[in-house]
Amino acid sequence: MQSSQLSIVWIYPDLLSTYGDQGNVLVMEQRARARGIPVRTIHVRSSDPVPDQGDIYMIGGGEDRPQILGAQRLRRDGGLQRALSRGASLLAVCAGYQIMGTVFGGEEGQPVPGLEVIDIASGRGERRAVGELAAEVDPELGLPTLTGFENHMGVTKLGAGVKPLSRTMVGVGNGDGTEGCYAGRVIGTYLHGPALARNPALADLLLTWAAGPLAPVDDEWFDRLRAERLTAVLPR
Amino acid sequence: MSQLPFRAQLASAIGRTAATLSRATGRGDGSVIGGRVGLMLEPDLLRRLAADRKLALVSATNGKTTTTRLIAAALHELGEVATNAFGANMPAGHVSALSSAKSAPYAVLEVDEKYLPEVLDTTDAGVVCLMNLSRDQMDRAAEIWLLAQKWRRALDGKPAHVIANCDDPLVTWGASTAARVTWVAAGQRWREDSWCCPECGGPLDRSGSDWTCRECTFHRPEPNWSLDGEEVVDPRGDRWRLNLKLPGQANRANGAMALATAEAFGVPVEKALLRLREVASVAGRYTTVERDGRALRLLLAKNPAGWLEAFDVADPVLPIILSVNAQGPDGRDTSWLWDVDYRILAGRPVYVTGERRLDLALRLDIAGVPFELCESFDAAVAAQSPGRIDVIANYTAFQQIRAEFGRAE
Repeated sequence: MQSSQLSIVWIYPDLLSTYGDQGNVLVMEQRARARGIPVRTIHVRSSDPVPDQGDIYMIGGGEDRPQILGAQRLRRDGGLQRALSRGASLLAVCAGYQIMGTVFGGEEGQPVPGLEVIDIASGRGERRAVGELAAEVDPELGLPTLTGFENHMGVTKLGAGVKPLSRTMVGVGNGDGTEGCYAGRVIGTYLHGPALARNPALADLLLTWAAGPLAPVDDEWFDRLRAERLTAVLPR
Repeated sequence: MSQLPFRAQLASAIGRTAATLSRATGRGDGSVIGGRVGLMLEPDLLRRLAADRKLALVSATNGKTTTTRLIAAALHELGEVATNAFGANMPAGHVSALSSAKSAPYAVLEVDEKYLPEVLDTTDAGVVCLMNLSRDQMDRAAEIWLLAQKWRRALDGKPAHVIANCDDPLVTWGASTAARVTWVAAGQRWREDSWCCPECGGPLDRSGSDWTCRECTFHRPEPNWSLDGEEVVDPRGDRWRLNLKLPGQANRANGAMALATAEAFGVPVEKALLRLREVASVAGRYTTVERDGRALRLLLAKNPAGWLEAFDVADPVLPIILSVNAQGPDGRDTSWLWDVDYRILAGRPVYVTGERRLDLALRLDIAGVPFELCESFDAAVAAQSPGRIDVIANYTAFQQIRAEFGRAE
């Protein structure tokens, strides 16, 4: 952490927070506080500069037009890119995930340049992927099964510089049998749910990158929800 | 109406028979199947049934059913009114509503936001009432920016008189291609979908109910009508205290929209208002049902904006039961629960039930709101002492509760 306080930067809630993305921020704050880590969250509207001294950055999903606007403004702003190059962490979800790559598909499928902070390229698929998703996380990360809800038209190709976050058991994800990606301290995923409410271990991973080892906390409601969702979607 | 061609008459009659059968066999209220059968036999049935009537279409994310009901009540001042009172808001429901009131010279149709362009094209409605647009069931609904754009295209070049809420920037944008618009400042509680200019994407500067784009010329039009607390101010500057039976700010907004729409049909405010005040419950919403000494008031909330409205109506001193499902009509993705600020419930006894109660339980836990998890709605009711209780449920959860207590209002 930069200081005694963990600083969470929520990027463009006015453009890219269409479906419960605030939940990722709330879960992250709660899990930090449960460990006695003081938290400050900065909501950065798209008309304001992105501070480059934050610890954990979060960006969510949105419609086609806000996604394009968000990408343009972040490219122009440069704050997020500076923060990542000095080692900050990032959780990028759905539309926010796609814009971190080199390119993504606009409303007519036209290629739109991304931020190029991770080595992925996205386009528009043939069919909308809508539904529950379950996936086994890359064993290197040592995390339990990924669960969430996807709702996107995107197809994402991972380049040599990133690894798939998980292999899908149910659902579409990146479109090639994998879902999401990670590289350095950046995690990208298509998952809503929100992702961190369904996968608190992912929140803890980001938190560990920013604040070091963490004490265990009571996960009763997370565990019960995860168990119910995974039972509902995984074949017996 | 009476001069319908034979084929349309037959289609309409067979449709009504199907509706009757559906009700008689307990399969539903008949408002969809009847229309489907009719449309199958005569695809042009909706156009034919709508011809020669004075028609209002009502669309929004929230408040469609209630506002439709209020407008229909006001238009009764003029004569018989055909309406889809039970929220069957796609063309089959419209056919069914118009078929079952063939001689009615007036019609008020609630229209699903996506279907508005199609229904406007088909019916050539003279009046269109547009209230609000916000995020709603994103796994199946259209993106709202796109929706507003479709409204713009549909209204462009049509003679329809639009009554639109100018406090909602997206609705304003969607309505502003119409030849004639009456703007109503009906308020906007949920603002999370309108921080950016629908025209250019720039930031919207907002102060009170006013809004203006920082980067282009798009701004809030001067309202012709406005809602000011409990009162509606009409275009002549006269103030009317609403005194509706329906509770809450959202219903006062619906009331203001209904008064402006009724005036477009020539119903004076003083007459319309008396009609509006008679409406006490709409398709089971706001109804109080009794069980074992417990009086349960039923509130429907389908999306984040709707939950804010329901919290406004709920009584802070009463226990509250929350029920959430995620079936098709609810949206299968429960992520929206995280867009609702539940902290307002802290301090009252909260009971959580419904098929997706664990999603809600985690949400409340993170919000720091204590609650009790109940396996069923019955268990949640049984956990209460006798007295008044508020219930907020989303769509299918609400229908399940209503089915248990009978459909009567």
